[in-house]
Amino acid sequence: MVSGILDGLWLVPALPLLGVVLNGILALFVERPLLLPAAGPPSAAAGHGHGASYRTLVAFIAPGVVGAAFVVALLCVLSLAAAPPEGRIFVQVLFPWIQAGAFTAPVAFQLDPLSSVMALVVTGVGFLIHVYSVGYMSHERAFARYFVYLNLFMFAMLILVLADNYLLMFVGWEGVGLCSYLLIGFWYEKQSAADAGKKAFVVNRVGDFGFLLAMFLIFWTFGSVSYTEVFAKAPLLSGDGTLTTGLATAITLLMFLGAAGKSAQIPLYVWLPDAMEGPTPVSALIHAATMVTAGVYMIARSSALFLLAPDTMMVVAVIGAATAIFSATIGICQTDIKRVLAYSTVSQLGYMFLACGVGAFTAGIFHLTTHAFFKALLFLGSGSVIHALSGEQDMRKMGGLKKRVPVTFLTMFAATLAIAGIPGFSGFFSKDEILWKSFSSSMGSPVLWVVAAAAAGITAFYMFRLVFLTFFGTSRMDPEVEKHVHESPWTMTLPLSILAVLSVIGGFLGIPAVLGGAFGVPNLFEGWLEPVFRRAAPAAAHAAEEAAHHSAALEIGLMALSVGIALFGIGLAYFLYRARTEKPDEIARKWPTVYGVVFHKYYIDEFYEWAVVRRVVRGADWLWQMFDARFIDGIVDGAADIVRSAGDRIRRLQGGIVGGYAFSLLAGAVLLVGYILYRSIVQ
Amino acid sequence: MVEPSAYLLLSAILFCIGVVGVVMRRNVLIILMSVELMLNGVNVAFVAAGSYLGDVAGGIFAFMVMTVAAAEAAVGLALLIALYRLKETIDVTELRILKW
Amino acid sequence: MTGIDLLDRHLLSVLIGLPTAGAAALLFFPRDGRKAIRNAAFLVTLAEFLLSLLVVARFESGTAAMQLAESAPWLPQYGIGYLVGVDGISLWLLMLTTFIMPITILSAWSAVERHVKEFMVFMLILETAMVGVFVAIDLFLFYVFWELVLIPMYFLIGVWGGERRIYAAIKFFLYTFVGSVLMLVAILVLYFHHYAVAGFYTTDLLKLYELAIPAKLQFWLFAAFFLAFAFKVPMFPFHTWLPDAHVEAPTAGSVILAAVLLKMGTYGFLRFSMALFPAAAADFTPLIATLAVIGIVYGALVSMVQKDIKKLVAYSSVSHLGFVMLGLFAGNLQGIEGGILQMINHGVSTGALFLIVGIVYERRHTRLISEFGGLSKVVPVFAFCFMVVTLSSIGLPGTNGFVGEFLILLGAFRTHMGLTVVAASGVILAAVYMLWMFQRVMFGKVTNEENLRLRDMNGREIAYMLPLLVLVFWIGVYPQPFLRRMDATVHAFVARVEAGKRAALAEAPPGRTMFTRTFDARK
Repeated sequence: MVSGILDGLWLVPALPLLGVVLNGILALFVERPLLLPAAGPPSAAAGHGHGASYRTLVAFIAPGVVGAAFVVALLCVLSLAAAPPEGRIFVQVLFPWIQAGAFTAPVAFQLDPLSSVMALVVTGVGFLIHVYSVGYMSHERAFARYFVYLNLFMFAMLILVLADNYLLMFVGWEGVGLCSYLLIGFWYEKQSAADAGKKAFVVNRVGDFGFLLAMFLIFWTFGSVSYTEVFAKAPLLSGDGTLTTGLATAITLLMFLGAAGKSAQIPLYVWLPDAMEGPTPVSALIHAATMVTAGVYMIARSSALFLLAPDTMMVVAVIGAATAIFSATIGICQTDIKRVLAYSTVSQLGYMFLACGVGAFTAGIFHLTTHAFFKALLFLGSGSVIHALSGEQDMRKMGGLKKRVPVTFLTMFAATLAIAGIPGFSGFFSKDEILWKSFSSSMGSPVLWVVAAAAAGITAFYMFRLVFLTFFGTSRMDPEVEKHVHESPWTMTLPLSILAVLSVIGGFLGIPAVLGGAFGVPNLFEGWLEPVFRRAAPAAAHAAEEAAHHSAALEIGLMALSVGIALFGIGLAYFLYRARTEKPDEIARKWPTVYGVVFHKYYIDEFYEWAVVRRVVRGADWLWQMFDARFIDGIVDGAADIVRSAGDRIRRLQGGIVGGYAFSLLAGAVLLVGYILYRSIVQ
Repeated sequence: MVEPSAYLLLSAILFCIGVVGVVMRRNVLIILMSVELMLNGVNVAFVAAGSYLGDVAGGIFAFMVMTVAAAEAAVGLALLIALYRLKETIDVTELRILKW
Repeated sequence: MTGIDLLDRHLLSVLIGLPTAGAAALLFFPRDGRKAIRNAAFLVTLAEFLLSLLVVARFESGTAAMQLAESAPWLPQYGIGYLVGVDGISLWLLMLTTFIMPITILSAWSAVERHVKEFMVFMLILETAMVGVFVAIDLFLFYVFWELVLIPMYFLIGVWGGERRIYAAIKFFLYTFVGSVLMLVAILVLYFHHYAVAGFYTTDLLKLYELAIPAKLQFWLFAAFFLAFAFKVPMFPFHTWLPDAHVEAPTAGSVILAAVLLKMGTYGFLRFSMALFPAAAADFTPLIATLAVIGIVYGALVSMVQKDIKKLVAYSSVSHLGFVMLGLFAGNLQGIEGGILQMINHGVSTGALFLIVGIVYERRHTRLISEFGGLSKVVPVFAFCFMVVTLSSIGLPGTNGFVGEFLILLGAFRTHMGLTVVAASGVILAAVYMLWMFQRVMFGKVTNEENLRLRDMNGREIAYMLPLLVLVFWIGVYPQPFLRRMDATVHAFVARVEAGKRAALAEAPPGRTMFTRTFDARK
């Protein structure tokens, strides 16, 4: 067990929480009075100078705490790396959280190679995006509130990745969902933003429902929800027949439902494109780099369980591949720059699931990392474009921006090359690793390779379409907008540049053996993560070895083929959007049905609206109006009415005339006496 | 010595006059007086039976009834006055405020 | 004997008596001195709360026995005594009662302008009755307090309520009263049965616990108690009094109704139905668990389509109480502890929601969702409180609602897997109806001119909301202090119920269900 600097692990999530508190105080006591319409002119004027200084303070605190968290996380990871590979696991128990009988779940953090990768990505990319946000949100009135949410997100996300048990992971899991809700709906006065936030939360809850049930099954099977215990017991229990394949399949499928919700996979992907209503840095941080990859992390974390359920693995791989190609095709026709990127994110997440599904967890996490770099960059770049164009998001009203915003263009172009899988850029290494594994792994198949490669071609196409429409050609901007086009401030371009560097060179962390082996360059990434997956599941290591049996020539050949497909996509994009710009409209006119269906995202949202939302609301309305108010209350009120009407009839006997009462008294007495007399006479 | 049956007959006659008065008359004052008559009819029976059986309980009961009758008359007349002030009538057929 | 000693020995009696003494003192206040009356009522409830903290301080968490118990003969010739005490089951319900009362008094500060004196007197008598219900361990005494609760509540709804207050008050009264008279009959049967078996009359609950009751008799007694408690909880389909009562009641009444009165039903199930009739409880479990789950989903669905915020919250109570019932009838430690914790949570969260609705109502005199929209911008402090309470109500981890719901579902999953899956979907629906409502009230643009002039929460409102928010996070982040004090009692409870169930089932052939055992003529 390593310790020393690692004892500061709790600081990693605690620092952003500190930011939440500090910024929260500023938001509540300094910013709120400034925003109130009722605050009146005098106090507003008085508060202005004051306002500026509090904004500076927020601008330092928010990125500062995240940066500090990154430094602490980095120190912890370095300290962890000093230990031998087998000892690279550190658990820090803070306090018991829920204890009821046999059930215990402490608040405890675990740092191992997997969570350290996640923690570094989250804090690192998170820090850059915080810095970027300072520039991007500089005109925002609710500046402090924004950073409260953003810091809160960092806190929840770090809880998620550092938790040492499923329950605590679930806390982070729902916590990031909450922050996503708050940030998507940040501009809550906009109806569509508020709607999108709610949609994201509710769809995520569907996934959480699966996660929750999986957790119950895990606890009642393993008697614990702590990773170490569950994974240690998994082989034992499956050996003695307690953990049947069916049970393992049930657990993992439910977990996958959770992952599909959070990571926007079919059929729960619908919330992610709508989530683009949030501020762009939020899209970059939450809906590209970190939160949406939580599902991948969860599956990789639970690899020991997933490997016991081959059926689930197949489902994960198929859903991943299907999502990858499905959303890539939607990306082709979108005109909103952020929506293209959103569908691209869904598609790339599909790759990661594909990797996990074929047992290549390392490749999945590797792609997660490189994707965090280049997709965050793409979003931030698009944010920079939107910023430059005073809020315009429609690519049809852009064009020719190359010279006007050079830094943005260059960095975004680098990211585009990375995502398109051009050799040498980070995306190439990670994506190709996935393609190769989906072909060669014992759980893979050539069909998966074909689908994934086709999706890669489409990706290259729509990404270059985006670049061509935005930066090349002639300007289609509104003249009014064009006047104000400007490159972004350094707070925005600096993070772009750093991410661009990472997007370019990030891939060299995990050079495939077939390429690096010749030069004696090891696959650093795989080496780092290997203990986790070997410890969790010897089978995974076995599968990886099996893959190595295929010939290097085949691997190189497939690699070349996929690069060729990507180049074809790029070429097609060049042909349609640079060389023959009238073609796309022609195609749309020629096949209106196909174009319409794709343009409307296959009408999936409409289908859900019709099949689920409307039916549930109508059914609920019927339950209330008919069942509750008419049926149940009908019985209740009916009983009361029977009593009332009976009373109403009997009341008539009480005429209110005293003589009448006296007469009936007399009559009664006479009858009674008569009866007694009669009885005595008869006897 | 008068036959005991004669006392009982007197008692019955008094009681019946009272009953008829209560049932037939509409003036509350008369009704109250009729009630007194009924009570006195019963008193006669009590006293007669007590004397015949040589038991003082009959007499005691008669006193008891007289006390109750006095109280009843007091309360009844008070109500009557209150009613008259309220409705300006003591005709029972007019007093139907219980029924709405 | 010093005063402190005396207080210590009669702590529970003091807690029962103090509010009524306060009410009696209030009678001598001049009727025009509203301010003085409010202050006095608040001070009495606050003193009550501070005294009740002593109960927690004196409480030993290691034992399942009744603590701070007091006993005095009352009607000794009938075996009826004045017996009070607390254990891990009643402790937090008692605390919830004393905690919520000062808050409700504060919430009625400016909302109640008419007959302030009578209002406060009724509130204080109500507090006595509620405290009594939770600490009584004599069946007769319990019944007295149980019925005593109805009277002040009836007047609170009927006098200070909304437009249809008379209808709601009578409905509330009759609904719950129908159940309680059946319970009275059952209590009498139990009382005579005890005499027949043991040779002496008693209503001492702890003595009745030791009584072996034949399974067939258990069935009928359970059924009678079931109706009384199911009306009170309220379980589906006996819930329709709740929305009416809540909508018509004044804010303070709604808060007490949600926070405490409904818990009397679930508490009754635990303390009486399950503990006295374990075999019948086992027979009824499938039925009750099913009704609970129907209640969860039904309440959530019906909440979704409500137009009145208060009614929405009322129906959400049906859903939440369904969770509590499911937890209790899971019959294992996790489920029951979760159930008890969820009773507290519901008191805190739903109580807070009713306060929120009350704050809005006091300003706008309407509760229709469509009248609002965009309030976040106008009243940010209110928005923050509303948000936290909403999240707690939908059970977000880190808030109290999650801990309770999680333990309930965890426990119930063991015993009723299929039902729990359905119940867990209530988690999704809760997010739908609460967030939808929140969005329609708080988000969007301000469409109604009147809403632009809304005042944000004032100091008094923040002061009574704050303790609730603190509890939301406290129970959410560190529930151990609460759970630990339940442990011993619930452990013993589960063991006793299990033992009782086995003993009673031993006399009946195995595999018999509730209905064959009860209605089989040949046996």
